[in-house]
Amino acid sequence: MIDIQTIIGMVFISIGLLFQLLGAFGLVRLPDVYNRLQAATKSITMGAISIAIGVGVIDLSLLPKALLVVIFLMLTNPLSSHAIARAAYNSGVPLWKGSVVDRYGPALKKLQKRRGRS
Amino acid sequence: MTFTEFNILIIGVAVMAVGMIVAIVRLLFGPTSPDRIVALDTVNTLVVGMMIGLGAYHEEVIFIDIAIVYAVLSFVTTLVIAKYMEGSKEEVN
Repeated sequence: MIDIQTIIGMVFISIGLLFQLLGAFGLVRLPDVYNRLQAATKSITMGAISIAIGVGVIDLSLLPKALLVVIFLMLTNPLSSHAIARAAYNSGVPLWKGSVVDRYGPALKKLQKRRGRS
Repeated sequence: MTFTEFNILIIGVAVMAVGMIVAIVRLLFGPTSPDRIVALDTVNTLVVGMMIGLGAYHEEVIFIDIAIVYAVLSFVTTLVIAKYMEGSKEEVN
């Protein structure tokens, strides 16, 4: 007989696995570095967080360290994805030809002009 | 054999391995170097999730400690490679 705690943990782990598999396939299917960054970072991080919470719910003695992993992933993974996107834009990787908006390019140009004047 | 939590843990590790193989395809055939870094970051996060699942499967706490240290090292690696690449110019064809 499976108790309710195991069922909740299994639901969390299943959601996390679905997100991770979709993120990994989006990494191959999407056309651009920036689109791939969306799929890779957001949904893979969400999947890892959900799997850690599910494992902590199934085995309650692992819960503090699983929560430590969750907090650490939530702190560091957006930072690293931001650094990757900034590095990709500044090293001159072009946007996909179907992209509709680019707010960072004009802002960067305006900032450089202001820095050159002062 | 009933369907317990140990089954879903080992199935989850297998699914994460499939996702890792799919990400390694992008790591090998990425057209630009930011693609490869995105794939590397994905593989690192998948390794963290896989270590948590294996630690619950074998009931060993040290797997989760290693997962925390691996997350720290992968974060530093990604930041260093991104800062290194920011000054270079990518060859666009």
